[in-house]
Amino acid sequence: MVKPTRVTNRIRALRFAAGEMTQADLADRIGVTRQTVIAIEQGRYSPSLEMAFQIARVFGVGLDEVFEYQEDEK
Amino acid sequence: MSKELLVSFDEKNTWLFGVIAVAGYATYLVLLFTQLGDRPLAEADYVWPMVGTILGAIVVGILGGIVLGILNPKDARKSDVRDRQVYRFGEQVGNSIVVIGGIAALVLCFFEVPHFWIANLLYLAFVLSGILSVLARLGAYHRGLGEW
Repeated sequence: MVKPTRVTNRIRALRFAAGEMTQADLADRIGVTRQTVIAIEQGRYSPSLEMAFQIARVFGVGLDEVFEYQEDEK
Repeated sequence: MSKELLVSFDEKNTWLFGVIAVAGYATYLVLLFTQLGDRPLAEADYVWPMVGTILGAIVVGILGGIVLGILNPKDARKSDVRDRQVYRFGEQVGNSIVVIGGIAALVLCFFEVPHFWIANLLYLAFVLSGILSVLARLGAYHRGLGEW
């Protein structure tokens, strides 16, 4: 069974803060399809480390301002 | 944004492949049983219906791919690393059925079972492999390629 990823992200908020950048604009800038940006935003796809750095660079922020790794709930 | 845009080009191709796999096998079964008459199933003329539906599925797949290409603007035909990962995942899942079909066909050969059953078992394994691969890919597109 597919486990949901524990990686969460703030891409949607960062897009709006960056002049309401569209998903299509972000997709073009990191070289993926819009469907992939949607999947990342919704937590259905964990990007590679390289793609994660590309996304952070688009917004001019550090990696940990875009992505967060949730701790185990124990 | 329309819902239509939310389906990637590769996912549309996946749907096309799935529909062709099911329709192709259904056509084969219709051709097989309509010419059977009173003969037992193992004596049916299966070779040409099988060859015909396999070649037909290839031709329809090529034509369908061309039509999809025409219906989608160039920008919408892009695929990326996620599409490739989803494709590989689907192939991995589908290949398991091909292996099972191959082993089962080998066992039928050991027992000198008529060619009809061996050929049909292999054909069914290919079809099921294709369908399972499509279902795995569609699942990965909609539910994600998370940790396993």
